[in-house]
Amino acid sequence: MRPNKGRSRFIFFCVAPATVLFFIFMVMPTLNVFRMSLFERGAYSPTETFVGLQNFQTLMKDTKFITSMQNTILLIVVVTIITFFFALLFAGILTREKIKGQDFFRVVFYIPNILSVVVIAGIFSAVYKPENGMLNSILSFLSGKTVLVLWKDQPMVIISVIIAMVWQAIGYYMVMYMASMSAVPESLYESADLDGAGRITQFFQITLPLIWTNIRTTLTFFIISTINMAFLFVKAMVAKGMADVGLSFMYTQKDAGLYGYSMAAGVVIFLFSFLLSLLVNQVTRREPLEM
Amino acid sequence: MKQKKGVSTDTLFKIFVYVALITLAVLILVPVAWVFLASIKQNSEFYGNPWALPAGFYWQNFVDAWNAASMGSYMLNSVLVTALALLILLVVALPAAYCLSRFHFRGRKLLNTCFMAGLFINVNYIVVPIFLMLRDWDSWLNYFFGSTLLLNNLFVLALVYASTSLPFTIYLLSGYFATLPVDFEEAAYIDGAGYGTTMLRVIFPMAQPSIITIILFNFLSFWNEYIISMTLMSSARGQKTLPVGLLNLMQAQQSAAQYGILYAGLVLVMLPTLVLYICVQKKLTQGMTVGGLKG
Repeated sequence: MRPNKGRSRFIFFCVAPATVLFFIFMVMPTLNVFRMSLFERGAYSPTETFVGLQNFQTLMKDTKFITSMQNTILLIVVVTIITFFFALLFAGILTREKIKGQDFFRVVFYIPNILSVVVIAGIFSAVYKPENGMLNSILSFLSGKTVLVLWKDQPMVIISVIIAMVWQAIGYYMVMYMASMSAVPESLYESADLDGAGRITQFFQITLPLIWTNIRTTLTFFIISTINMAFLFVKAMVAKGMADVGLSFMYTQKDAGLYGYSMAAGVVIFLFSFLLSLLVNQVTRREPLEM
Repeated sequence: MKQKKGVSTDTLFKIFVYVALITLAVLILVPVAWVFLASIKQNSEFYGNPWALPAGFYWQNFVDAWNAASMGSYMLNSVLVTALALLILLVVALPAAYCLSRFHFRGRKLLNTCFMAGLFINVNYIVVPIFLMLRDWDSWLNYFFGSTLLLNNLFVLALVYASTSLPFTIYLLSGYFATLPVDFEEAAYIDGAGYGTTMLRVIFPMAQPSIITIILFNFLSFWNEYIISMTLMSSARGQKTLPVGLLNLMQAQQSAAQYGILYAGLVLVMLPTLVLYICVQKKLTQGMTVGGLKG
């Protein structure tokens, strides 16, 4: 292809719109998060005063922020462990066994992933309704007496969020692991069968090591996405201030007009998620195996 | 003897597997189905047994949700925003991804790195600066022209949606364009076609499968999104998208106890995505290995 003026012009007109939009709506706001965290900004006027690291100092002493970060960590740990345990287990079963209606299960398990978080919050408000909600009525039926658990109140509210988040995520990760597990060559399992290795041994010795790279990448992304999903769920499901997570704390400060303070919280959460994913990446490092 | 024992544990294991799978499927399907049934119940039915089937088809819930709770106009807003955002996204991202993956020019590497880095920027972090930026620009507009334009504007919302999904879309499309052999373009150039014609007539038709994939994924994320929409369309009597309208309805419902309307609203929001999913579920679950970056 010859380099000429027409070519340069063509490339310019193709690339420029995307670059401009990307710069205005992603690069600039991202830089602004960091810049604004060092400023105090009036609620209704664009005047800003430089305050240095003062926002961060206040933040570290704010018990509400510390609680919200504790909630975030709790959600990350519990939701990740439950989701990955069940997703890997079910994917392992569905790819290795000859299951009737396999397509049906795959289609059903993926459904929560296509629903809006607001819709899921609505569905779970019916599940958690204290008087004749789905969950309490099942518990009443099983225990034989009237159960009246306030699922969306303290101290159950965080458990309710965990249940809803696992419900949403499990199918997506299961379908993803099914795709990667089905790439493991059948011959490996056949020779393991001949050597007398059982299903569970095969799962831990063959399946898991061979898809380890995939598990590692998805784990890192899952942790980052859990920080965001926790925000979406808490914002839609939980009464204001009942059980804040990091990002919902940030959003509450924005609603109160404390923009600099809100962005300082954003910076801390961003650095936290970045360091956490680096850490997970390091801890899960293994020698890659060839299929 | 040994053979027989193997068969019986095999059967037990099979039963266990089916029980586990069916339990999970029930746990997913029942709450969704429950909402569908609840949407045709009368309000008085919500005080009895929650597992009772609806007494009849009470369509009035949908009429009320559509008119009284404004779900109809929210639906129109959502359709408009989603369609506009998809259109902007395709018009902007397709040529950019094509050039970034198939032409060598100065700055290409830098741009590719920037868009890759953009994959790690989540909109939840930058929604506040975007809001403040638009508000500042609005106050300048108000100062110079006497009217605001950018906040509470469906087109701006669509533009923000499209822009924030550019990194993911360009990443996905570039990956596909890079696999096409250069022979197609060379043949087209020899036939006298220009760059633009070649791109529009030769390359884009070949990229159809990946274009459909990005339309699907982005449709779902635009239709379901609520944080940006809630922040940028915050005016009380302004136009809202469907999820935000539903969220308001849910909060109002806690005091008014209009359960029927709420569940009808829920059905209105999820029905389009469910119908689309049933039509294209093969495509979606296959395409998800590339969609692994969702967050």
